[in-house]
Amino acid sequence: MSVTERIKQQLETNPVILYMKGTPDFPQCGFSGQTVQILDACQAKYAHVNIFEDPELREALKEYSHWPTYPQLYIKGELVGGCDIVIDLYKKGELQNLLAAAGATE
Amino acid sequence: MSSESIKQLLTTVFKPAVLEIIDNSAAHAGHAGARSGGGHYHVTIVAEAFEGKSMVQRHQLIYKALGDMMKQQIHALGINALSPTEETQGTSK
Repeated sequence: MSVTERIKQQLETNPVILYMKGTPDFPQCGFSGQTVQILDACQAKYAHVNIFEDPELREALKEYSHWPTYPQLYIKGELVGGCDIVIDLYKKGELQNLLAAAGATE
Repeated sequence: MSSESIKQLLTTVFKPAVLEIIDNSAAHAGHAGARSGGGHYHVTIVAEAFEGKSMVQRHQLIYKALGDMMKQQIHALGINALSPTEETQGTSK
């Protein structure tokens, strides 16, 4: 499977997926860590990919999404944004709605 | 100086009404993500190009304008991108 196919498959099979540096338990960048905190505050269920463990995907996703930085949060296959957009949407209450619509809250 | 280069690129592409760049690199020196040497910046920009665009689209426009700078010189970029009408609404009391 090509790396682009892997990306598409991940986006199709996971209603919420966070591409991040490190893991939710051990984020390796402050922006990834803050995004995890926001998702946790929303009690969101989400998949994650540690891009440090997948250098090929790390580069390919940047091209795929026209988004050169991490973290990148996707809900229902759509790029929601990086850390500052996620925080902004959370403050407006919109992130909670997006997560609920994706069936990803407890 | 990277913040000067950011300013030049964004000015050329967007002809912004407001453009402020804050260099936060010093605050992040030494952490894992900063090891490659990329800087941390925050940009406030007001330009016509953002009218009617989603936040993701606005960020994508800015990333595109900065091009290769995003690969090396910039590790993280906080973005506050507004259209001129939004800026007026935001500041009027």
